[in-house]
Amino acid sequence: IRLTNSSTGGPVFVYVKDGKIVRITPMDFDSTDPEGWKIEARGRVFKAPRYTTIAPFTAGQKSMIYSDRRILYPMKRVDFDPNGERNIQNRGISGYERISWDEATDIVASEINRIKREVGPGGIMSTPSSHHLWGNVGYRHSTYFRFMNLMGFTYADHNPDSWEGWHWGGMHMWGFSWRLGCPEQYDLLEDGLKYAEMIVFWSSDPEVNSGIYAAYESHIRRRWLDELGVKMVFIDPFFNHSANMWGMKWFSPKVGTDHALSFAIAYTWLTEGTYDKEYVATHAYGFEEWADYVLGKGEDGIPKTCEWAEKESGIPACDIRALAREWAKKNTYLAAGGMGGWGGACRATHGIEWTRGMIALATMQGLGKPGSNIWSTTQGVPTDYEFYFPGYAEGGISGDCANSAAGFKFAWRMFDGKTTFPAPVKVNIEAGQHIPRLKIPECIMNGKFEWYGKGFCGNAIENQLHPYQYPAPGYGKIKMYWKYGGPHIGTMTATNRYAKMYTSESLEFVVSQSIWFEGEVPFADIILPACTNYERWDISEFANCSGYIPDNFQMANNRVISLQAKCIEPLGESMSDYEIYALMAKKLGIYDIFTEGKDELDWVKQYYNATDCPKLMDWEDFFKKGYLVVPDNPNRKKTPALRWFAEDRVRDTPDWGPAPNQSVALKGLQTTTGKVEFISTSLKRFEEQGFVDEYRPAMHKYVPAWESWHAEVAKKYPLGMLSPHPRFSMHTMGDAKDSFMNDIKDHRVLVDGWYYWIIRMNSVDAEARGIKDGDLVRAYNDRGSVILCAQVGERVQPGTVHSYESCAEYAPLGKPGCSADRGGCVNILTPDRYMSKYACGMAPNSAQVEVEKWDGGIYEIY
Amino acid sequence: MKQWYMVIDVRWCHDCNNCFMSCKDEHVDNEWPGYTAAQPRHGHRWMNIERRERGRYSRNDYTYLPMPCQHCEKCPVVDAGYATRREDGIVMIDLEAAKGKEDVVGMCPYGAVYYNEEAGIAQKCTMCAHLLDDPDWIPGIPRCAHSCPTKALKAFHLEPEEMEVMIKTEGLEVYKPELGTNPHVFYKNLHRFTKNFVAAGVLVDGDCYEDASVTLTKDGEVVEIQKTNFFGDFKFDGLDDGKYVIQIDAAGKHKDIDVEIAGKSLNLDFIEF
Repeated sequence: IRLTNSSTGGPVFVYVKDGKIVRITPMDFDSTDPEGWKIEARGRVFKAPRYTTIAPFTAGQKSMIYSDRRILYPMKRVDFDPNGERNIQNRGISGYERISWDEATDIVASEINRIKREVGPGGIMSTPSSHHLWGNVGYRHSTYFRFMNLMGFTYADHNPDSWEGWHWGGMHMWGFSWRLGCPEQYDLLEDGLKYAEMIVFWSSDPEVNSGIYAAYESHIRRRWLDELGVKMVFIDPFFNHSANMWGMKWFSPKVGTDHALSFAIAYTWLTEGTYDKEYVATHAYGFEEWADYVLGKGEDGIPKTCEWAEKESGIPACDIRALAREWAKKNTYLAAGGMGGWGGACRATHGIEWTRGMIALATMQGLGKPGSNIWSTTQGVPTDYEFYFPGYAEGGISGDCANSAAGFKFAWRMFDGKTTFPAPVKVNIEAGQHIPRLKIPECIMNGKFEWYGKGFCGNAIENQLHPYQYPAPGYGKIKMYWKYGGPHIGTMTATNRYAKMYTSESLEFVVSQSIWFEGEVPFADIILPACTNYERWDISEFANCSGYIPDNFQMANNRVISLQAKCIEPLGESMSDYEIYALMAKKLGIYDIFTEGKDELDWVKQYYNATDCPKLMDWEDFFKKGYLVVPDNPNRKKTPALRWFAEDRVRDTPDWGPAPNQSVALKGLQTTTGKVEFISTSLKRFEEQGFVDEYRPAMHKYVPAWESWHAEVAKKYPLGMLSPHPRFSMHTMGDAKDSFMNDIKDHRVLVDGWYYWIIRMNSVDAEARGIKDGDLVRAYNDRGSVILCAQVGERVQPGTVHSYESCAEYAPLGKPGCSADRGGCVNILTPDRYMSKYACGMAPNSAQVEVEKWDGGIYEIY
Repeated sequence: MKQWYMVIDVRWCHDCNNCFMSCKDEHVDNEWPGYTAAQPRHGHRWMNIERRERGRYSRNDYTYLPMPCQHCEKCPVVDAGYATRREDGIVMIDLEAAKGKEDVVGMCPYGAVYYNEEAGIAQKCTMCAHLLDDPDWIPGIPRCAHSCPTKALKAFHLEPEEMEVMIKTEGLEVYKPELGTNPHVFYKNLHRFTKNFVAAGVLVDGDCYEDASVTLTKDGEVVEIQKTNFFGDFKFDGLDDGKYVIQIDAAGKHKDIDVEIAGKSLNLDFIEF
């Protein structure tokens, strides 16, 4: 039989026979599915494709479901006795024994109750990974928050790990706090097809990620643009896959120097008078003073010429000048990041000023006018923006308005307050207890930490300077960690810290709830086996996460809503997260409140009926067909992103902000002046209050990256390592686990029976170190060592190495947290320093390292 | 009689591996009796994606060549009696004759045959014949082509005469025609994998020079004429090995440059006037 499901990489058909998944394929439409949109531009008609695409980790998903790394039974660390010797020092070293669900939940429940009675619910810390498997009911904002909020816990706040520079820098220049500093993208595909002459992809590889979750949906759009003669230029230290497919030119700045190029481009426009002077006069604040700085009339006295930028970045001045001139001459879109903002250089040590540089350039060319915008071809598809189906970040069955976007729309449709109720948060509120995910190890090991800005500062620009401390006044310290998924070692920064933290005596109890035995799961005292979304019921829409990326279903060419069928029974004794929590809720005495007497399928139905779907198809038909394609809405008024700003009108896009209370008469941007601020008024206020931030000055300046070739550390570690989000896997999903992905030549390489992660280096650097293609090498700095397989070639310039982040496997050769890892966690090498003193984000995309041939040593440090 | 063909446009392959993953999805842990045993979880590459790098920063590129079994009309494995050719052109390993015969692997000049130790038989791409034979298989094409997001990989069921027309109109080629095996897998833009380019940027007084006229000649014959783009760049692709002369006219000045292509693409960096 053919069932439906969906994934972080697209909706799928699942063929099942005798209780086993036979195959998983992309979803094809049939003749009963409605026609999609049409765009007429330059004498051609462009139509929504009649198919969906999937990502490679979705294509190989079966090997993750049926993997020998699945955890099939509850387990207990052999030398852990909750009533006796806990042997905390052996976490990560000793093995496990199988126990029953009854025993496992008894231990977890009694520890929870003990700690709540000792120090209150704040003593229990939990946090999920950035991503787990797809499905709005089973998602972390939904089932996880519903249970955890009812139990009570300190949430380790996520930092905006893919937005960083936009969040901590961009937001102070143009607002968009509800999007964490990234711009809206409505209806830009039509604008692009009509007017684009050139697109500059800067730190953007849409061919690989299509934004996020959208598989290969955007490929066809670039094909159309290419057919229309649109030129595409790529700026990225790594010769990325989009650059290879589309680029007429590739610029490879030294790691951490992109913003030297943006200043030189601005310099060229200023000196040649080729920017939009009228627009800037009415839409920018602080521009004249900033222009003086660029021209060398500021305090540093350095004109930011193309020749100056060549010295900083290694890009020939003539190429920078040629690009600047063509950009000014032609209708040019700036594809800054993967999604119109997001990813790439914004996650690097110069991320704040790089982002501000992108906004500066777009503003100088009349941002929002026809043919001029920040747009990376991954969004802006004209599907029906009026049809309401929420994304996973809209809270699902939790209705948590503080830690999800439930409060915007969905909670009020989902819960009637008579028969069904949300589960609001109590501890993780502004005045409650917090712990920043990036500094969990410091909080646990040192017992004290202070920082600014709680995770995602989505409510207002000023939220970024709100001070926090751990423990919060009056709250107890963390005694228990309930880890949900296991990826921090492969995804955070300087991650030996996380491994070391587990042997801290203050952490009395560790539970890991995970599908696979990987990452930091083997540090737990009790392991609870979860199942995949193919083993439970759920519902979702293709590429719709919403929340801080409102309406991002517009990444996919069609709005496809899928019933996620329970295709097979959970493997072994694993259970869905919902069932695990229901079992726990029973032991904790909150079963009825948690479940309201419903199973997952009941919640899925309640969810369906809270959306606009029943207008098109009733539940029974949807349940039978398994998916729904939202028809085109030709009557919808087209509202290109930021056109309202360019034309000084009240905003007409369906975006969620600026909120009425953060704008004047619904006009202008969210900034104090309502304009694009080249001198940020919010940062200026911070400075005047004494919060002077060396790496985030009020005026957008060329601040050299604090870890790059400029830095002292480069003398010892001369290679700049670029570490972007991975190509084939979705964060850690798809990697390792004995999956098919291990066999992808450009993902891992099999050497002597072990699948090694890849580091890419230039032939010049390789030769100087006696390294040949395929050699095993040690990449290292003061933070640790990682054993990798060298791929030698021209994908990076001399001086730069490239290795993707998000390895799922952590395989220390000696003592965990101290020795070289051969799993491939290059995040062991990335800086744990915050982006700047008061910008508490991470910079994992750049680090200084050295690489040498591996001699087989285990390289223990500390 | 209609034959199955694959047409692969290397221009649109960017190594996403959906074809490779889908092939494994279809065959690992799934046995298709009468067609093939289950594929081992690791090691086999029934769809083998080869990579070739050309040139040097910033004028370089990567080309990917997805290589399934070429389903040759003159297949040495068929000739040796270890495989059969179906009427529709699909070459199938003979499940009986090839049993235990590890040396079958070496018979394929394209290296498309793998040995399955556990099942004790040679295996390779079947073009998903078990699906093509199944009237309930709605997509109607092999898994690799169905999952290809750029449609670089397509499967066709055509009369040989129809295929001849497509070969001519689309400029299709086979990989390694010198082997003389008449594959049923055809490639478009194959020169990106098999041939080379020469590229450079033209500078006049230190700035990139647009619209310079650049003529590539070989043995006195004009091969191609290009205008430089706004970066001053030109790129002549699809070149066989040999000696060439590049004649450049920019800002009223002229330069001749001798180059030799010898198995490698050339980035000449900047040519200054």
